[in-house]
Amino acid sequence: MGHNPIGHNVDLAERAYRIRRNAVRMGEVQGQGYIAQALDIADVLAVAYFHAMRVRPDDPHWEERDRFLLSNGHYAIALYAALIEAGFIPDEELETYGSDDSRLPMSGMASYTPGMEMSGGSLGLGLSIAVGIGLGLKRKGSASRVYTLFSDGELDEGSVWEAIMSAAHWKLDNLIAVVDVNNQQADGPSTQVMAFEPLVDKLQAFGWFVQRIDGNDLDAVIAAFDAARDHPEQKPRMIVADTKMGCGVPFLEAREKNHFIRVDPEEWQLALEALDAGRTR
Amino acid sequence: MSSNAPAAPAAKPKLKTSAMIASIAGEGQRTVSAPFGHALVELAGQRPEIVGMTADLGKYTDLHIFAKAFPDRFYQMGMAEQLLFGAAAGLAHEGFMPFATTYAVFASRRAYDFIHQTIAEEDLNVKIACALPGLTSGYGPSHQATEDLALFRAMPNMTVIDPCDAHEIGQAVPVMAAHKGPVYLRLLRGNVPLVLDEYGYRFELGKAKTIRDGRDVLIVSSGIMTMRALEVAAALAADKVDAAVLHVPTIKPLDAETILREAGRTGRMVVVAENHSVIGGLGEAVAGLLLRSGVTPVFRHIGLPDQFLAAGALPTLHDRYGISTAVMTDRIKGWL
Repeated sequence: MGHNPIGHNVDLAERAYRIRRNAVRMGEVQGQGYIAQALDIADVLAVAYFHAMRVRPDDPHWEERDRFLLSNGHYAIALYAALIEAGFIPDEELETYGSDDSRLPMSGMASYTPGMEMSGGSLGLGLSIAVGIGLGLKRKGSASRVYTLFSDGELDEGSVWEAIMSAAHWKLDNLIAVVDVNNQQADGPSTQVMAFEPLVDKLQAFGWFVQRIDGNDLDAVIAAFDAARDHPEQKPRMIVADTKMGCGVPFLEAREKNHFIRVDPEEWQLALEALDAGRTR
Repeated sequence: MSSNAPAAPAAKPKLKTSAMIASIAGEGQRTVSAPFGHALVELAGQRPEIVGMTADLGKYTDLHIFAKAFPDRFYQMGMAEQLLFGAAAGLAHEGFMPFATTYAVFASRRAYDFIHQTIAEEDLNVKIACALPGLTSGYGPSHQATEDLALFRAMPNMTVIDPCDAHEIGQAVPVMAAHKGPVYLRLLRGNVPLVLDEYGYRFELGKAKTIRDGRDVLIVSSGIMTMRALEVAAALAADKVDAAVLHVPTIKPLDAETILREAGRTGRMVVVAENHSVIGGLGEAVAGLLLRSGVTPVFRHIGLPDQFLAAGALPTLHDRYGISTAVMTDRIKGWL
């Protein structure tokens, strides 16, 4: 277990299980949502919030915290699930997800939610903000790091590559980015919408320290976050996480066209049962 | 924290969805599915120079209908709006007529310089069709295009169209193609209300049309607000208020002659109603025209406030920001 002050007692697999469970329960509130993404990224968020990052749930703006930027704002359901598990947000607010006057809107926005550090919804913004935060932290002499999560579809946006070039230019070794390669975006499989491979070669050529892992293998995710933190070179760090949409709920894993899914009322209970079945594996 | 941030909830809130995509059709209202996509397919059968392009939003702008009918004339540009419009300029440069689609927020905010420099400055023949205009998404400011009319009105060479319903979109597509030069279309997608067919209406570029006449108040509107204005007029009629509705689907160039004639009729208050920020849209365009022309009726303006709007269910938000039929009716009654 790492140095995270909130992660001693419950192991990370249990954290990931609970993040998935929170996300499914929020999905049930609206009957729809970006559930499949939440399930695929739960392991990464478990490691980020309960192993890698220094945060204080009761003080979301604590100056010494590590920053976390959710560039893919539609993954808000996943981050809310993690923030609820971490104690930033009371568990009972889960039932307000996506509803009028909720602090948990479908798209992540900094003005609504404790622990949400940027306003997403429009894609390809997070990495540019991360460059600025990385520069600002260095300028202040801060030991904090900036983490950012973005999706493979965001690689289509030119602004993402501007930020990728810039982060290396400024030698931002305090910037750790995770790209979720689940190969699914609005119009179809990401690699078919716009071919972005070979991704590791491209990122290395742009001057980043790059690791590619199975983003649903907890041990691999832990090792990658540790290596990203400890890597000696003055380079920004990218974790390319290959993930499985709907991970942990087999019938959702198998479903096609699952960028934004609608789930029948009786299926939510089945999804929770599937998570429970996988809990002891 | 902005003023948008609600306090932690005390009572159990109403569960209304704030989904990105929601039909603006009322309960039981007649609708047509994907009128833009079907109209474009019909037109493209006669005009081989038409190509379709999108930035990862084919399914969400009804362009998937075109992509299926003409797969070799469809370009998926990825989620890259600057590239989308730059490449559209390139195709237009080579003699093709691109219909390029994305959401209104991304064309107006993200790709503005590309459209300005690569398309409008050269007066290239690119048709820009953008879904989720104004407040037609409950997803929050990232998807609520509350200033697109202001931005595209201000761009030289750009023609700007804000259609009301499926009937008008179907007619606007061939008219856009017949017009030489860049056009920005506020696109209604999915199940789109069908309203204007009952009024024998026909879309003409640059023409405002009286949909309903009345003695007491003139509602000047565009887009979905014309649908609302007709509902308001019906509600006002029950209170013996006789409201006229002047539909102005072409925001630029504005039909000055018709607007001045109708607003110049004595004894009628003029109310401009628009699904857009009160800054820079139809309301200020009409107000400026009237003032410059020395036509000064009592003037009122219904539009979205100069704020980052909330996420929430569309009916909730339309009530909150004053563009629902009920709230509009009450406000106009209060002004009379």
